[in-house]
Amino acid sequence: MALKIVKGSIDRMFDKNLQDLVRGIRNHKEDEAKYISTCIDEIKQELKQDNIAVKANAVCKLTYLQMLGYDVSWAAFNIVEVMSSSKFTYKRIGYLAASQCFHESTDVIMLTTNQIRKDLSSPNQYDTGVALTGLSCFVTPDLARDLANDIMTLMSHTKPYIRKKAVLIMYKVFLKYPESLRPAFPRLKEKLEDPDPGVQSAAVNVICELARRNPKNYLSLAPLFFKLMTSSTNNWVLIKIIKLFGALTPLEPRLGKKLIEPLTNLIHSTSAMSLLYECVNTVYIDVNTPPLPSLSLSLCLYLSLPPQLCVQKLRILIEDSDQNLKYLGLLAMSKILKTHPKSVQSHKDLILQCLDDKDESIRLRALDLLYGMVSKKNLMEIVKKLMLHVDKAEGTTYRDELLTKIIDICSQSNYQYITNFEWYISILVELTRLEGTRHGHLIASQMLDVAIRVKAIRGFAVAQMATLLDNAHLLTGNMQRMGICEVLYAAAWICGEFSEHLENPMQTLEAMLRPKVATLPGHIQAVYVQNAAKLFATVLKSQEGNTDSTAAQETSQLMIDRLPLFVQSANLEVQERASCILQLVKYIQKLQQKDVEVAEEVSALFAGELNPVAPKAQKKVPVPEGLDLDSWINEPPSESESEDEQPKAIFAKEEPKHSRPRREEVDEKELAKRREARKQEQANNPFYIKASPSSQKVYQEAPGVEHIPVVQIDLSVPLKVPGLPMSDQYVKLEEERRQKERAEKKKKEKKKRKEKRSGRGKKHDSGPESEEDITPAHQVDIVTEEMPEKSSKHKKKKQKKEKEEKEKKKKKKHHHHHHHSDGGGEEAVQNGTVEEEEPLPVSVFFCFLPLTKVYDIQGNLQDGSQVVVSVIFENKCDSFLKSMEFNVLDSLNSKLQRPEGSGPHDGLTVPFQLPPGVSNEARFVFTVQSIIMPQKLKGTLTFIVKDSSTHEKLDFKLHFTCTSYLITTPCYSDAFAKLLESGDLKCSSVRLEGVNMPFHHLLARICFHHHFSVVERIDSCASMYSRSIQGHHVCLLVKVSAQTVSIDAKCDEPTLLGNVLDEIKQTFSQC
Amino acid sequence: MQFMLLFSRQGKLRLQKWYVPLCDKEKKKITRELVQTVLARKPKMCSFLEWRDLKIVYKRYASLYFCCAIEDQDNELITLEIIHRYVELLDKYFGSVCELDIIFNFEKAYFILDEFLLGGEAQETSKKNVLKAIEQADLLQENIDFQMRLFAEPE
Repeated sequence: MALKIVKGSIDRMFDKNLQDLVRGIRNHKEDEAKYISTCIDEIKQELKQDNIAVKANAVCKLTYLQMLGYDVSWAAFNIVEVMSSSKFTYKRIGYLAASQCFHESTDVIMLTTNQIRKDLSSPNQYDTGVALTGLSCFVTPDLARDLANDIMTLMSHTKPYIRKKAVLIMYKVFLKYPESLRPAFPRLKEKLEDPDPGVQSAAVNVICELARRNPKNYLSLAPLFFKLMTSSTNNWVLIKIIKLFGALTPLEPRLGKKLIEPLTNLIHSTSAMSLLYECVNTVYIDVNTPPLPSLSLSLCLYLSLPPQLCVQKLRILIEDSDQNLKYLGLLAMSKILKTHPKSVQSHKDLILQCLDDKDESIRLRALDLLYGMVSKKNLMEIVKKLMLHVDKAEGTTYRDELLTKIIDICSQSNYQYITNFEWYISILVELTRLEGTRHGHLIASQMLDVAIRVKAIRGFAVAQMATLLDNAHLLTGNMQRMGICEVLYAAAWICGEFSEHLENPMQTLEAMLRPKVATLPGHIQAVYVQNAAKLFATVLKSQEGNTDSTAAQETSQLMIDRLPLFVQSANLEVQERASCILQLVKYIQKLQQKDVEVAEEVSALFAGELNPVAPKAQKKVPVPEGLDLDSWINEPPSESESEDEQPKAIFAKEEPKHSRPRREEVDEKELAKRREARKQEQANNPFYIKASPSSQKVYQEAPGVEHIPVVQIDLSVPLKVPGLPMSDQYVKLEEERRQKERAEKKKKEKKKRKEKRSGRGKKHDSGPESEEDITPAHQVDIVTEEMPEKSSKHKKKKQKKEKEEKEKKKKKKHHHHHHHSDGGGEEAVQNGTVEEEEPLPVSVFFCFLPLTKVYDIQGNLQDGSQVVVSVIFENKCDSFLKSMEFNVLDSLNSKLQRPEGSGPHDGLTVPFQLPPGVSNEARFVFTVQSIIMPQKLKGTLTFIVKDSSTHEKLDFKLHFTCTSYLITTPCYSDAFAKLLESGDLKCSSVRLEGVNMPFHHLLARICFHHHFSVVERIDSCASMYSRSIQGHHVCLLVKVSAQTVSIDAKCDEPTLLGNVLDEIKQTFSQC
Repeated sequence: MQFMLLFSRQGKLRLQKWYVPLCDKEKKKITRELVQTVLARKPKMCSFLEWRDLKIVYKRYASLYFCCAIEDQDNELITLEIIHRYVELLDKYFGSVCELDIIFNFEKAYFILDEFLLGGEAQETSKKNVLKAIEQADLLQENIDFQMRLFAEPE
């Protein structure tokens, strides 16, 4: 209703209002850009008019265009005009436009301070309201500083409407101007008990957000919040309070105990899912997971609040038909999994159900959960379910996700959960039937890894791979890189390398030399050719044993017939290998024709076992004497690349956790023997470390009838590779195997018990088998485990990290240091700041000394371009520091003076070393061309910590303020007057508010910090003078009234003057 | 909350409110990316997604998507509640709101949002109070307009 009247009135007044604009845009769909550009022209005209109503309308339209993505920053000043209108209608539009269009770098924001202050104190609460709302969007550090007091006053406004807005916006003010927090805090605390619930909730809101950033300061409020938590019924407030306690409890474990009761009550009683979710999430997840490792707290929290309660509640969420609750339930569950895996694992059924969900994001969450839930007992079952989903899945992305998850799940922690590797190989083979997957490479690397590391499985693996090679035509449909044909790479290599396990090597050899192979990607063909040669050797060996020598010659002929195809390959690798092998075979044939036995010699070509090398093996190779790996070969690169690049090992996938599979205890003697053997081997071959023979007898399944792969020919599924076993059968087999094992164990135990009848009866577990009871059918040869831990290195790293962390706690510090110049007894004072970017165990104090040949400057301006920087290095760590090098990245304007003959990027050696706790000073000369602007130079200090002999680096910034270019120079009042009269000087002024100090202190401060001298002083007015090293005159007239200081200044270089004034302002804002 | 976006099924932006200072270029980039991501989701999917280091909560009402970005520790469900509240407020104010209402009165939609949220936090949980504040502010505006209509004099 009200809206209609408003709109009607505006309609009549203007030619084109917002509605017309919107309508126009909708009607000009084809030439929208053109239409809008004419509109913008109109708006520009409207903005030129004096009528504020027309302007406001124009600004309103601009705000709309801004949303459409047009740049309206040019109208910023007009927006300020509309904001300043006394009429609420326009003010509202102005503030809206400002809140949408202004950001921190909008320069006109500076002009708004007084207007906003006026609006904040307006008698009309809606004026105040729009100002606060607008301010919340575009508050800058300057605005926050200038208006903090006004907003603080509003926190005690009579109207709750204003109070609550003021309280909320204080949070933004704190962020921009942290100094305001201390004075405002008592009042903010008061608002927690405001009679108006809106204000109260706003205060809770703000304190909760503050506490999340720095909980320590808010511990004292805990009792108050506790009271609020038990009395409030407002879910919005309760959620915030629980969040707050989530942040506080780690610091005060006793709180946890107190919270248990109200929290449990809430969890049981609330009907609001959002609140329930918050309770569960905060209490169990945020509190129990790092970075809040307060053990005592977690203990007392979950001792009394069993995770089951929480998991049960989550189950309710997951079972809900609402997708959102399901998703959040799974999300929270996956976090609980990290701390309480047991309580989550019992809900496996539910998680598996979620795999059927129609929402892909839910399915992916469930997959994540499954990864952490597998055990030896349920791995096969879970993977079986996943395989079913692989078959059903539509869309390759989800299917690929499933595929990688299956492999992740199976291979995690060095195949910890796999008890039967035949089963795993068949799973991998089944996965090769996926069409259009992009993870062929992943499957291939798994096949290689398993075949190489699990020796017992090789026979089976080779048979499977041979079948794959035989049916290669089924896999080559997808020739894209990383496609499924990648598995042929693994298949060919496994068949070649372990060819002694092949039942019919001749057949495989033929399969590998089919003309169709030439269509495979080059790197696969290369492996084919190489391994064909290995197979050839095996075949020869078997055939030469026979009396009939023609078979062997026929094999050679086959090679000679087929290899030329590869010699013609466009791929160099294939070509090279093929022609090499072709010549070799031709030579062999020649020998064969002379009836020479060659098989032994040919197979000698490929003799010896290739062993996997652990990614860390290189570290075991001793560094030759005289080789310093830490010294730079070339100039160090400016930016260090990521140091820990994971080696892309195709053989061994390095796992983050080394969970040692159970092995029989090895006695000392055996260990020593092995160590000896290893040493010897190392001595013979420094680059390969042979795995020592496995200490455990490998469990080999008896080759019974049921283990022979069942040939399945399923015509309805053409892609199924015939002759491959189904992984499902292993599930059954595994069950049987375990049962047998259990039965045996029982028998043994019975025996034992009989023997131990008199002793304390051993607890007999007749319940379900535990994890430990399941022995793997095959043992993984885990090479990484054979390596002695590089413990010393690790420890060092850890220590360093700790140290760094400790250092980091120290916030950026600005060091000021004062120095007397040595020239003529004049007091030239420094001021420079260092921003330590990466605090390291050295602290550096900087101070700047302008070159002190003050008296020479008049005649010799050359010196006016030099600045001496005096640097004090203090060693704060416990180690001796040496070889310090100081280097600065030169700018066009400022350059570090380096000794003749050194390059522009060379560092300067600091001429001393630093024992712990000692400081010393070094001076560096800089050449500066222009001194009218302050500038920052980036630099680095490198040094060697003696104990660890590591190179360390410290980044810093040198801040050349304009003040540091000024030199205190006395000036007589008549000369000063003449100077001012000359008219050569440009004018500028600055006002300082709220300076509360005696006038002479103020003058002393300017003299001291900014190198001025007082020319004349009359009452609360003084004139001051200084000059720069390049001879600029700087004159100040300082006046004080009440707490306001006004400084009028003149200088022949306006930029320099502006910067000096800014710095003066800075000095006083810090006090 | 970091920001709120309203956009149509066609991907046209209808309203944007940023509670973190970003430059226009960055805002545009984020908007484009999010609109694409959200529109690509199937109707039966849940309302949350992880995006960069933020969580996105969105909900579709008729032809409009309401989309909020919150930080990692924030509560997704209460954010959904905020979206729903805002829709209810728009509905009450315009009387069964439709996309066109928001297009043609987009400044009103902002005013309502500003009375409901401030700096990304809910400032008033009572719908009644929000509407009251808006009505009174409108009334104030209307009075001024009424006077202006009588005198039609430039300021």
